[in-house]
Amino acid sequence: MKADLQFDFLVDKENSTLTVKREFAAKRQLVWDCYTKSELLNRWFAPKPLTTKTKSMEFRPGGHWHYAMVEPNGQEYWGRLDYQTIAPIDNYTALDGFSDETGVVNPDLPRSTWNVTFTDRATHTVVTTVVSYASPEALQQVIDMGMKEGLTSTLERLDELLPQLA
Amino acid sequence: MANYSTSLDDTFHALADPTRRSVIARLANGSASIKELAQPYDLGLPSFLKHIKVLEACGLVATIKVGRVRTCQLNREKLAAAEKWFEDQRKIWESRYDNLDNLLVTLKGEQHES
Repeated sequence: MKADLQFDFLVDKENSTLTVKREFAAKRQLVWDCYTKSELLNRWFAPKPLTTKTKSMEFRPGGHWHYAMVEPNGQEYWGRLDYQTIAPIDNYTALDGFSDETGVVNPDLPRSTWNVTFTDRATHTVVTTVVSYASPEALQQVIDMGMKEGLTSTLERLDELLPQLA
Repeated sequence: MANYSTSLDDTFHALADPTRRSVIARLANGSASIKELAQPYDLGLPSFLKHIKVLEACGLVATIKVGRVRTCQLNREKLAAAEKWFEDQRKIWESRYDNLDNLLVTLKGEQHES
């Protein structure tokens, strides 16, 4: 992360929410495009060393983005983001969930609500993402899932690798 | 692995309550007796003991009775497992947004060229 750009990551255990606030050195329209066009989402959404691929995208209320985050070894983690409300270029809300390759959302796992707000800060843009789970129990289930899926272990391996590359 | 996940469930439930979180915060500074721990709260002792029992059941806190005094101690490893998930989420967002910084630089370059 660039040192001069704000990054806040807040965990509210009582309300089962995560709030991620981040400043970007670009105009709001460009940042909005990066969030809402699949060809641009493909270029940043997955954390390194994973990559993003889009199966389908319909950015409208009631539409969804069906995507995968892909490990270097080919392991795919499918997700589906269902758009609920859209107010260009200020805000959108969506329902995130784990899905399979055909786009069927896993009914056994809780989904989280994303409320994403874009605001101007001089020539920069601040994006605030509030990720909410229905209950502490719902969040617990997702934590379990994360432990089993092994996505986080990929990130740990990256942490180990980086000092070796430096 | 299954046992580990179950215990993490309990841990997270325990941490979802503000009273229990503040007891954990207090115990991070060192062990304390039940009486000392209960003092700041406007709760009857039976209600307070219920919170301690939840913390004890998930292994976040261990209690030892010496004579008539029951002392509570924090199990730091257990706490770390629950916090780890949040730290992992933070790493995912950090990495994702580093990618976006780079993409924005590239796109702005393309705009200037065209």
